[in-house]
Amino acid sequence: MKITRRRFLSMSGAIGSGLALSSLGLDLTALKAHAAGLGKMDRIRTAKQTTTICCYCSVGCGLICSTDRLTGKIFNIEGDPDHPINEGSLCAKGAGLFGLTEVNSHRLRKVLYRAPKSDKWEEKDWNWTLQRIARLVKDTRDADFITKNDKGEVVNRLESIGHYGSSNIGNEECWTLSVACRAMGLVNIDHQARV
Amino acid sequence: MKQELIKLIDLSRCTACRGCQVACKQWNEMPASKTNNFGSYQNPPDLQWNTWTLIRFQEIEDRGGNVKWLFRKDGCMHCTDAACIKVCPTEALYHTEFGSVALKAHKCIGCKACIPACPFGVPKMNTATNRISKCDLCYTRLLANQPPACVLSCPTGAITFGDRDAMLAKAHKRATELGGDASVYGDKFVDGTHVLYVLTEKAEVYEHLPTDPKMPLSIIVWKDILKPAGLITAGAVVAGAFLHYITHGPKTPEEETTCEGGKES
Amino acid sequence: MTNHYIDLKNSDCILIMGSNAAENHPIAFKWIMRAKDRGAKIIHVDPRYTRTSARCDYHVPLRSGTDIAFLGGMIKHIIDNNLIQEEYVKYYTNASQIVSSGYDFKDGLFSGYNQEKRSYNKDTWTVEKDEKGIPVRDYTLENPRCVYQMLKKHYERYTLDQVSSITGVSKENLLKVYQEYGATGAKDKAGTECYALGWTHHTTGSQNIRTMSIIQLLLGNMGICGGGINALRGEPNVQGSTDHAILYNILPGYLKMPSGSIDTLQKYNDKYTSKSTDPQSANWYQNYPKYTVSFLKAMWGDKATAENEFGYSWLPKMDDGKHYSILHTIDSMYAGKIKGFFAYGSNIAVSSPNSTKVRKGLQKLKWLVNVNIFDNETASFWKAPGVDPKTVDTEVFLLPAAASMEKEGSQSNSGRWVQWRYKAANPPGDALSDGDITMRIIDALRDLYQKEGGACPEQLLNLKWDYKDAWGKFDVLKASKIINGHYTKDVTIEDPTGKAPKEVNLKGELVPTFAKLMADGSTSSGNWLMSGSFEQKGVNKMMKRGKEDPTGLGLFADWSYAWPLNRRIIYNRASCDLNGKPYNPKMKLLEWVGDKWVGDVADGPWPPLGDKEKGKYPFIMKADGVGAIFGAGMVEGPFPEHYEPLEGPLAKNPFSPQLVNPTITIFKSDLDKVANADEKFPYVCTTYSCTEHWCTGFTRWQPWLLEMMPEAYMEISEVLAQKLGIKNGEKVKVSSVRGEIPVVAMVTKRMKPFQVEGKTVHEVGIPFNYGWRWPDGAADASVNHLTPSVGCPNTFCPEYKAFMVNIRKA
Repeated sequence: MKITRRRFLSMSGAIGSGLALSSLGLDLTALKAHAAGLGKMDRIRTAKQTTTICCYCSVGCGLICSTDRLTGKIFNIEGDPDHPINEGSLCAKGAGLFGLTEVNSHRLRKVLYRAPKSDKWEEKDWNWTLQRIARLVKDTRDADFITKNDKGEVVNRLESIGHYGSSNIGNEECWTLSVACRAMGLVNIDHQARV
Repeated sequence: MKQELIKLIDLSRCTACRGCQVACKQWNEMPASKTNNFGSYQNPPDLQWNTWTLIRFQEIEDRGGNVKWLFRKDGCMHCTDAACIKVCPTEALYHTEFGSVALKAHKCIGCKACIPACPFGVPKMNTATNRISKCDLCYTRLLANQPPACVLSCPTGAITFGDRDAMLAKAHKRATELGGDASVYGDKFVDGTHVLYVLTEKAEVYEHLPTDPKMPLSIIVWKDILKPAGLITAGAVVAGAFLHYITHGPKTPEEETTCEGGKES
Repeated sequence: MTNHYIDLKNSDCILIMGSNAAENHPIAFKWIMRAKDRGAKIIHVDPRYTRTSARCDYHVPLRSGTDIAFLGGMIKHIIDNNLIQEEYVKYYTNASQIVSSGYDFKDGLFSGYNQEKRSYNKDTWTVEKDEKGIPVRDYTLENPRCVYQMLKKHYERYTLDQVSSITGVSKENLLKVYQEYGATGAKDKAGTECYALGWTHHTTGSQNIRTMSIIQLLLGNMGICGGGINALRGEPNVQGSTDHAILYNILPGYLKMPSGSIDTLQKYNDKYTSKSTDPQSANWYQNYPKYTVSFLKAMWGDKATAENEFGYSWLPKMDDGKHYSILHTIDSMYAGKIKGFFAYGSNIAVSSPNSTKVRKGLQKLKWLVNVNIFDNETASFWKAPGVDPKTVDTEVFLLPAAASMEKEGSQSNSGRWVQWRYKAANPPGDALSDGDITMRIIDALRDLYQKEGGACPEQLLNLKWDYKDAWGKFDVLKASKIINGHYTKDVTIEDPTGKAPKEVNLKGELVPTFAKLMADGSTSSGNWLMSGSFEQKGVNKMMKRGKEDPTGLGLFADWSYAWPLNRRIIYNRASCDLNGKPYNPKMKLLEWVGDKWVGDVADGPWPPLGDKEKGKYPFIMKADGVGAIFGAGMVEGPFPEHYEPLEGPLAKNPFSPQLVNPTITIFKSDLDKVANADEKFPYVCTTYSCTEHWCTGFTRWQPWLLEMMPEAYMEISEVLAQKLGIKNGEKVKVSSVRGEIPVVAMVTKRMKPFQVEGKTVHEVGIPFNYGWRWPDGAADASVNHLTPSVGCPNTFCPEYKAFMVNIRKA
């Protein structure tokens, strides 16, 4: 079975284009291999289908993601014909939403850390990272927290940490982020609504 | 033939959002090429083995000095009398039951005969695989009763799809509605194409759009004289090269292909 | 948007000004084309001929930064030719109110200006009120001090000659637009306006929009199908992120951010609760305290009690008159006053004006946390061209985030449709959703405060922070319900008439609508606007996918949830006359039938205004219930006035001695240089995005999109290119007094020089989507190296759309 597929692969030319693709950052090799064995339409028929809303402008177009039930990977994203706003249509960015998924080799997969004066990134795990960020926030906050302003009014704020973003995250994330900023005492709070 | 289907491209409705250009790549899993900005919104500069459809951008000034920005979705016209099929020695290129022209890639021997034969400059060579590459009007989608990816993606109704007669009627109705220089393109040559345009300007105004596309005479001659003799697969490469020789002389059509094969260069 | 995307199809005339809809909101153009198919006129007013212009009936080029002049001329045309929707103007706007005698406008300044503070005392920007405190009205609109007459007087100076000379638009083109758009003043005609960053990116940004709002009120175009004033917003959830106030000046639900001088909740509520004595005004914001207390209950949970003013004191407070926008934050950062910075899904090294200042500011940080799905110029600032990493002490964290299809949750489009998206796959590697990341950072921080104590631990420890699901992940549905709001104790509501049975609400149940929120702590709601989005019986209305559209107007009431209360068109009561009959019977958005409104969810249950006893004005969010033609809420004046951009080609404003907006904040760092009417920088430059890219260009990491628009370019007219000896496709350098970038010259017929005040003014345009980090070998071509750090004084939205440059061959 395996041999047959490989043979089919080399025949179909999928490797060539797959390699070319990965050199530009979009690795479709696995997809091609799969597609060569099974028609894309067949795969879609057996896929898990979920709807999503486009992540670019604010029109709010609907899309359908097809996820392979075996691999758990998305292999096709196209417009949702039932969506009343876009009726299945998409612009260049929306039509390319698939290019934003895991197939894109530029996607960040690890926490990257850059130490002071260093000229490179290092990979870190979440545990270390969260502890370190919490420590830096706490040290900054404890050192610079302003309980009262010059007029003696209670202000309970911190001016030495700023926050920016994002209008590209969900409402539930926005709300929690918004209150999290206030819970740290921040006032330098802003995001893309202002640009 | 199961059902003759036509893709109608109404240029008066196109906003050049290029949803079609990307939707095509997404569905057909084709890579991007490295490009440069050469002073135009258009990119890649031409159709390529990995770019089956492309919006061409063109600026003109009309008689009154008004600027117009023309957008034309270029790609395979899916001819009825298709030169590429006629010259294909291995029947890799063929007509589907919908009237579209598709490719059985595993049968392609890379003879390049179809490249100069096509009056629209559509078939392109993928040098990585040494095979031809072109639009098949999303054949597998048609089989599943789904519109081609480019049609689904189009927001403004510039690309629509349907039965031949209905689309022809729609195209002519729209051209009449628009008036002026508007016309229907595609129904009057090569026995009709399965992609029709409603052009807003005279055909000769558009870059890279032949005003009178037809099958090269040499192909007709070759087809009538040589092809009935039959070609077996083993001899196909030679035959292909020969065909190229008799249609274009000894020069290789390298400029017609996308040499990079998707590599960054 | 007051309306929504599909509603564009219902318009008779669409003015696209301050927007490049076809390129930046391509699917909006689906609905614009539908309107065109119905016979609507589509007009594009823009400095550049774009893909939008190509599909409009016609394009009118206008010099960047002169929109108020253009629209002021339209106001004059509408008044002079009596094109107004008279009943609407008289009863639904403040046109009939009498402006206080102290108000004045002279030499480009309104009464109350303080030169030193660069701000106004607004005491005279008021209207006369009777002994009951109700505005005095003259429904004949003839009183020389009535708003209508004052408006007429204000725009008397905006003659065709003057406007043409300033804007560079021919008189013929001005008239064509004025006549076409003015015709929508007919009762059965609708005109709409689509704007975007083309209007907000100016030092007069808010007033650009207000000028159009005045026009819409004059023509009776607000609250109707195919009308409204429609911001085509640029990011997928920028409506939601604004609603939830990731902003310094507001709290979720547009509640005001408190300042130190307002030391108690009582004072805060007193100050911001809208007051009206007019029985015909619904004055919706009289409910303000209910929303404030419910928000505090959602934020602090059980820790918020009546005794501690529901935790009001734990909220950080600003100083009066001080601002903390990104422009201010970057100024502080550059001054070394900011130590730490969180950048979620953002790239300020490319997006904020005066990038050189931004990037130098980043180098002064002690630490930076960037959450993103790709690397960007902000995260990698320490290795940017010209930066020696060894000299940069900043600790930088680049946290991998999930993409939108890898997590569940809702997002709000510009039409206020809050739509649900589902998770299609796990994010790659260690990537987490932004919600998870925030939750974990705050968890870790709370742990530290729990263990060690520290500065004001109450803020963190009293926070209700309960968002984990059984697997330890961020529970989106839980957050969604907290935003909707709960009853915090059992609440029984008796029907005052005694007819209906008692309504019993149990502690923990979801609040059904914001009308039920209370100021006594018995309800919580993270954002009152969203109260009603989640039903107690389990229906998440944001997930709705009903496709029925019985009216044919495209309201799709059963698709997703639109705030407020699933209302699809805001101020919809204004679509009907005084008796509740639709002005345009063919577009019946709403109608008063018997004793109720039928159609869209009406802006309140009250009868139409004609009912002298119970009727209410339609603009229920305003204290006086009517649309504000005279708008005292603005920083720079109640009527919009043309001022030149901070950097422009003119040394003198032809309208007044006041060259630039008198209330803008001028930043004073050594990098905040300005070169107005300077021969060294003779060309106007404007910036924008293209279809293929998004914002600072995280689309650059996507090969299909990069292939189409691979590198930074500048659109330049054939005339200017010839003058400078520049060929199409050639590399050139563009500089302002603040920086220089290399770009490819795109010589085009679509850009034309303007004739302004008797001289030729050239304008060029550069997209803002590019940076050095990617693609490999890309030039440092972020156009914000050139733009000034200055913004609209109302919003601090930067002036990206008009500044001065020079061009040379590379």
